[in-house]
Amino acid sequence: MPKAFTPKVITANHLAEGDVVYLTSGDEWTRDLSQADLLTDEAIAEARLVEASTQHHLVVGVYLADMKAGENGPEPVHFREEFRRRGPSNYFHGKQAATA
Amino acid sequence: MYKYNDFDTAFITERNRQFRAQVERRLSGALTEDEFKPLRLMNGVYLQLHAYMLRVAIPYGTLNSHQMHKLADIADRWDQGYGHFTTRQNIQFNWPKLGDIPDILDALAEVEMHAIQTSGNTIRNVTADHFAGAAADEIADPRPVAELIRQWSTDHPEFQFLPRKFKIAVTGSPNDRAVTKAHDIGLRMIERDGEAGFEVIVGGGLGRTPMVGKVLRDFLPQADLLPYLEATVSVWNILGRRDNKYKSRIKITVHENGIEEIQRLTEARFAEIRPLFSGVDQEMLAEIKGHFAAPSFATRDTDAFDRAYDTDPVFRSWADTNLSEHRAEGYAIAQISVKAHGQTPGDASSEQMRVMADIAREFGHDELRISHEQNVVLPHVHKSDLPDIHARLKTHGLATANIGKISDIIACPGMDYCALATARSIPIAQEIATRFDDLKLEHEIGDLKIKISGCINACGHHHVGHIGILGLDRAGVETYQITLGGDHTETAAIGTRTGPGFGEHEIVPAIERLVEAYLKLRDSKEETFLQTYTRLGMAPFKVALYGEDTRIKAA
Repeated sequence: MPKAFTPKVITANHLAEGDVVYLTSGDEWTRDLSQADLLTDEAIAEARLVEASTQHHLVVGVYLADMKAGENGPEPVHFREEFRRRGPSNYFHGKQAATA
Repeated sequence: MYKYNDFDTAFITERNRQFRAQVERRLSGALTEDEFKPLRLMNGVYLQLHAYMLRVAIPYGTLNSHQMHKLADIADRWDQGYGHFTTRQNIQFNWPKLGDIPDILDALAEVEMHAIQTSGNTIRNVTADHFAGAAADEIADPRPVAELIRQWSTDHPEFQFLPRKFKIAVTGSPNDRAVTKAHDIGLRMIERDGEAGFEVIVGGGLGRTPMVGKVLRDFLPQADLLPYLEATVSVWNILGRRDNKYKSRIKITVHENGIEEIQRLTEARFAEIRPLFSGVDQEMLAEIKGHFAAPSFATRDTDAFDRAYDTDPVFRSWADTNLSEHRAEGYAIAQISVKAHGQTPGDASSEQMRVMADIAREFGHDELRISHEQNVVLPHVHKSDLPDIHARLKTHGLATANIGKISDIIACPGMDYCALATARSIPIAQEIATRFDDLKLEHEIGDLKIKISGCINACGHHHVGHIGILGLDRAGVETYQITLGGDHTETAAIGTRTGPGFGEHEIVPAIERLVEAYLKLRDSKEETFLQTYTRLGMAPFKVALYGEDTRIKAA
């Protein structure tokens, strides 16, 4: 049996600001992970990644990040994505400050 | 200090103009990231986890007060009000916006600073002993040589697309404070029969494959330096592996070809190019030396120092821990710890930068240094001024008496910032410092170097820490491996792994067990952690970490 596909979101860094962004179902870039489109089909995920990767005038370093479905949209399964969603642990900077 | 000439100013201005246009083309979409990346890296611009990062060179770690003030202004205007001093004597700004970076570079140019070749596959910022020009044990000031190498290597047409980055460090003292044996090339200034020259060490490095550098030439006359460096780098430029970035550094080239073969090729190339160096470089060196003339040291009594030392235990503790011997009578080298317990190692707020700059201007011949151990140095202060300096530092959280102690930790930015990291470093450093401060054991423990890296690239120098900590991702969990017995000095050694790693909440108790074991095992208060480890080996420390069972299995 093939391995089950781990759901993913498309993520990148914003070209001008450098901060973390995620792709919504409406093909917009959002700074809020809960607004991101959780992709559960591998073929669709790959196709949307190719499309998103052409937007080099908006974003940098587009990739698929593993996520799970949560009460408020996608949630990280790995600590790296948790830090990307939150910001550094030594100062209250980055996303955690923007949403406070 | 080195002062730019017309050529330097014109060069930086033109480079900044070019980069401004490149950034505009990138933001308009005219350049793709693949096209732009090599250009931004040439100018010190990285993209990290949460933002861009600008790495600014502090050549051989030397700054004046104007420059430090400018760094503070940049932190306030374009960043989050602080900067991070690195193990290569650079400063990093963690939050700039891409569109602002050309303005930041112009601001830096106003005080003769730049970010050129702080990144990319080039010869990087040349580092030097942070006590240069001040240390009592110094044979010669390494900074003029470091400046000469900087000028030679900047935009050197042969060396803009090297197999990988290339790092050079220079020391003018037999006591190596510049980690020369862990650099691609380490230069030790020496004298032989009254002639000044260098011992050239090649192929040191940390990272995935740590190596202690080997002697390439035991005595190189001073005038041969640039052609010899050019020969060495060009041999590696041809032989160095471009097929595998993990095997591209010169340490691997030396390892795979053998030091004798590298010597043979270097000497052959050197013989070819030596005649092309007409001596202009030596004329330039003589001129550069003029910029680094020692300040005129005052002859004053040290009564104020002696009084404070006898009556104020807080001052005495700071003086005992943070001062080093100066070459001039009545003077001291003062290290300012930017590692107050619980703070991020190497970070200074804009306010702290201004305080340090003002102290340097008023009391310290306008000089500051950044050490590879991520602290700030006042290289020339008269002892009689130290009570005033200490009082001022104290009000700004800058008077921590911990230089060389357990809380004076080198830590890379780790996964709190760095896109390459596999685990966080900063919180571990913060917790160790806070824990041992709570225990009030720091001064009882004595000299101990803990160095933490958040990935195998070893920016936190963990391989050469007396205790090294390496953060890894083990099945989605932050895990920390310990190495013991590393040494960053002239007796450089790579630490040995103790065994399985520890989780985020286990690593600080593990370090505590190691230190408790040392305190029990040392034969006197004078025996340092490293000496005890060298005397007894790994076994008792393994027991402290993993329990008796391990010893039985290992036996």
